[in-house]
Order: sequence, then C-alpha cells, then structure tokens
Amino acid sequence: MGIRARNLSKSFGSAKVLDDVSFEIEPGELVALLGPSGGGKSTILRIIAGLDTADAGEVWLGGARVDGSHTRERHVGFVFQHYALFRHMTVRDNIAFGLSVQGAPLEHQNRRVAHLLELVGLEGLQDRMPSQLSGGQRQRVALARALAPEPKLLLLDEPFGAVDAKVREELRRWLRRLHDEFHVTSIFVTHDQEEAFAVSDRVLVINKGRLEQAGSPLEIVEHPETEFVASFVGEVNVFDAAMRGGKAWVGPLSTKAAIGPLSEKDREPPGDGTRVRLVVRSYDLKFWRDDSGTAVVKRVITLGDRVRVEAVLDGGSPIFAQFPRRSSLLTGIDAGSRIAVEITHARAWPMA
Amino acid sequence: MSEKVLIRPHGGARWAIVAVVVAYVTVVIVVPLFALVATVAGDLRRVLEEILDPGALHALMLSAVVAVIALAVNGVAGVVGALVLVRQRFWGKRALDALIDMPLAVSPVMTGLAFLLLFGRGGWLRPVLDAAKLEVMFAFPGLVVATLFVTLPFTIREVALVLDEIGTSEEDAAATLGATSWQAFRLVTLPNIRHGLELGTTLTVARALGEFGAVLVIGGAISGKTQTATTFIHTAIDERRDATAYGIALILAAAAAALLVVLQRRPRKGT
Repeated sequence: MGIRARNLSKSFGSAKVLDDVSFEIEPGELVALLGPSGGGKSTILRIIAGLDTADAGEVWLGGARVDGSHTRERHVGFVFQHYALFRHMTVRDNIAFGLSVQGAPLEHQNRRVAHLLELVGLEGLQDRMPSQLSGGQRQRVALARALAPEPKLLLLDEPFGAVDAKVREELRRWLRRLHDEFHVTSIFVTHDQEEAFAVSDRVLVINKGRLEQAGSPLEIVEHPETEFVASFVGEVNVFDAAMRGGKAWVGPLSTKAAIGPLSEKDREPPGDGTRVRLVVRSYDLKFWRDDSGTAVVKRVITLGDRVRVEAVLDGGSPIFAQFPRRSSLLTGIDAGSRIAVEITHARAWPMA
Repeated sequence: MSEKVLIRPHGGARWAIVAVVVAYVTVVIVVPLFALVATVAGDLRRVLEEILDPGALHALMLSAVVAVIALAVNGVAGVVGALVLVRQRFWGKRALDALIDMPLAVSPVMTGLAFLLLFGRGGWLRPVLDAAKLEVMFAFPGLVVATLFVTLPFTIREVALVLDEIGTSEEDAAATLGATSWQAFRLVTLPNIRHGLELGTTLTVARALGEFGAVLVIGGAISGKTQTATTFIHTAIDERRDATAYGIALILAAAAAALLVVLQRRPRKGT
C-alpha cells in the first residue's frame, strides 16, 4: 500500500512538532525516517497510524484519504519503541491478539501463531510471559504481533533502539530479509544513520519538524541538499570560513568550494568576503607529516579498523580526520607532530 | 538522591529496637483486639443471644448492603474517574485532583453536617427531594450518600497510580491490531489495572463498614431503620448492653481481618 502525506503540520501547545511535511512512499518500499531525537519522526508515524491527528494536512493510504478514520480501520502494523507487549498475556496471546479481536477462528489463529513464531525464530516460547523474554526476543514478538493480521503497512518506531549493538545488527539484517520476502510497505524511524542506510531503500531526513531531504542513501551522502543534511550525515568538520579569490579560507587553509546542493562545476563560487559555513567530511581530508605544515596533531585514536587524528590548525580551529588503520598517510603522525592539511572535498553554505 | 546511610545496630541495640517495635504494635493493636475476643469468649452464650436480636441483625445487614453499594458505585466511578484524571487534559484538572482527597482530610462529622444543610429541614435540595417524594435524611439513601462520599478517593487513587505507571502504549498497540475501544479496555486496560482496582475496592469496603460519624449525623441511628453496625455498637454501649456491643464489634473486626487477608494475598508490586 502506497502512502502520501501532504502538508502535515502539528503543534503540541506552543511547540511546533511538524511543519508542512509532504512525501510519497511507493507500494513495497522500505523507507527510513532519519533525524535527531525530538525532530518529529515518531509523530509522523503516529499520524499515519491514526494514533495522533495532524492539525493540518492529509494522509492518503493506498489511494484513500484516511484522516478521521479510526486506527483499527487503517490496517497498519505498528512496532512500538519499547515493544508495548501486553504484559499480562503470553507470547501466543500477544501474537494472536489482532486475529482474535477480529474474530478469526481459533484454528486459524493457532496456525498463524505457529508460522510467525517460526518466522521470527521463537519456536517453543509461546507460553512465556513478556517479562520472561530478553530485549531482542520481545522485539521479535512485537514484530510477529504486528505482522499477524497481515497489515498493508508496517510502521516501526525506533525498532532497534532498546537492544544491544550485536542484537541490533542481527535484527536489522532480519528486517531487511523479511521485507525482501514479503514486500509489505514499511517505514521505520531511527536516529542512527548507519541503520537507515543499511536497511532502507530510501531515506527521509527529518529535522525540527521539517523534511530536509528525501533520497536514496547514496543521494543523501553524495548530494546533501541542505547544510543540516551535509553536517548530520557522516562525521564532519564544520568551519566558519570566508571567501577570497573563489576559495573558502579557514585560517591558513583554503579549498575550492561551491554553495549548496549542486556539484562544484555547476555553480559560481560565492563572491569575495562572503562568510560561509564549510562542511568537510572526516574522510575528505589528507594529513601528512610536514614540519613546515599548518597544524599540530593533538591526539591519535585507534577505532578498530580506522584511526581518528585530531589536530589544531594554526590560528586555533580544531580539525579531525579519519584514515584506514594501515594508511601510509599515518606515517610519522603522532601527538605533537606538525602536519600539512589538504581538503579534498568540501561544501559551503552561506551564513544566515 | 542523597547518599544512603545504612545503620546497622549490633547486638543489644538491635534487639532493643526490634523489641520496642513489637511491644508498640502489641500494645496498640493486639491488646485491644485480644480484650474484645476474650470478653466475648467469656460470655459466649449471652453474646450470641444478643446479636441474634432482630435489631442487631438488621444493623449488620444494613452495613453490608451499604458497603456493597459503595463497592459497586465507587468501583465503577473510580475506574472512570481515574481514566479521566490520568488520560484527559481539561481546565480545572488540578483542582479536581486535589478535591478528590477531600474526604480523607475532613472529619466525617463535618461531612454529615454538610449533607444536613443539603437534605435537612430547609436544606438547599429540599424542594427537589420533596417534589420527587424522596427521603434522604434519617433514611437509607442518606446512609448510601454519606458512605459514597467518605469512600470516594480509594479506588480512584489506586487505579490512577497504576494507570499513570503503565501509560497508553499497550492500548495504542491494541488499536493498531484492530481492537475497538471497548475491546482495548476490556482485554488490555482492565487486566493491567486489576491489582489497583482490587486494592482500592478492598479499602472502600473496609472504610464503608467502619464509617461512623457521617452515617450517625445523616442516618440518626434509628433502630431497625438507619442503624448500621457501628452506630448500633454506640447505642448498645449507651444502653449498657455491653455483650451486644462486644459481639457486633467482634464481627466487624472479623470482617476487617478477612479484608486484610485479601490484601496480603495480592501479589506484590513488580509482578
């Protein structure tokens, strides 16, 4: 079932949670809503499910406008952030709940529960209570429960937020596999960009109640359309820079930079004297040992397969970069050594 | 939270503290109850004869009926009230919230007087009651109204506490799974608030059976009509029918003990 959201706005008291958000999702897509906490992602999900109502705007599910229809009429599977399993019911009764309230025969319920338990790998646990399960198991029960009535749409609110890193990795792969098998249109909310990119076909970046950008993971990374997206995605340096001679200058450093979303060659650089915010990804930098260089290394931190080098430019701006562990660029780079710095790729946004 | 300081008294001090607590509870609770039981046991035949007296039986029956009505009405009102108080936002909510505890704070005698001003001779509601030919003062409805007032807070408070803790996400989940509001309430909310509801209604029954001041002022303890178990004891003592008073008091104490057993058998929080 496709989804169309048009001009959704919502305020809680004086706080604007959603501000004119519009997007479309094709049937069968797996889409991530990505953004910092409190940006309105969960509210979008709840409005689609009918658990909250928008102050203005429209929600269309599969070609029908659903604003004003009750949640139960929308046939939406919802996986809640903290599972929201029925605490006084067994795993079996939790999963069968949707079928049971809709009056499905017991035999059908039992068959469906058995099938779903197998699908989520929890065979044999049907008589447990939720309190007797681990976090990852609860999450699977929540998924099985949401899938049981065969929803046309699956909404997942921070589905992997409350489980530990290893289980999260496994659940992500499992969700992707599940989606590839059943093709139920799915939206999941996350503040973890790695999760969004690893699992989804398309990412909607949401910040402060606004849709910043919609696109494939690659588009979001390679062609950020706003300063927020550029600086939110990946690990970045953000500098206040001044334009001079077609280049952006940060202290002793300079780089070719073009404004905003379009690639460098399409745009004229901003005029001399324009102050810009320069966004540089941690992997779009080169450091090498050079006693006549422009920065001093402060710390070298090993992060598994990568090494993070933190330095200070002459003039005081901190800067950091990441290199593969065995990169030749790291030769001679230790705390205290002077280095040369080159920016290989940067994006600039004029300061407001 | 501030740092926890553990005091671990040793040897004699520890025994002394335990002994003081046990002695205090014994003097305040056990001794009076024992005196009651011993007195009744010492004169069992006369006590039995006295409490089989129609006036005494009527008083006991009346107390039981009023308690059951309070249980039913304030049980339902408590659940609905708690749902409104916890889940709805409206103007004056804080004031209402504070008001609900009023019956716990004011003296029941004052409550009785307030109702007297409403229902008594020349009372504010008198014209309405007269038109409806309804007698409240010194009549059964008066006992019910007074008991509902004094037992109002228990169920609301206990259920609200649980509702506040469990939040609404399970009900949201039920709605997404196709449940109607009534199904969500019956299958999800009600089982979740069950323990709070049990505790609240148990306290309601205990309080209803024990109420004295308000039912005395409103009901007037008319024998065979508005005399409840507690007001019966009061009258019996006045009339120096000690054996009767002891007998009824023992029955009330037994009822209270039974309610305590119900409370103790509840699973502890966190299950």
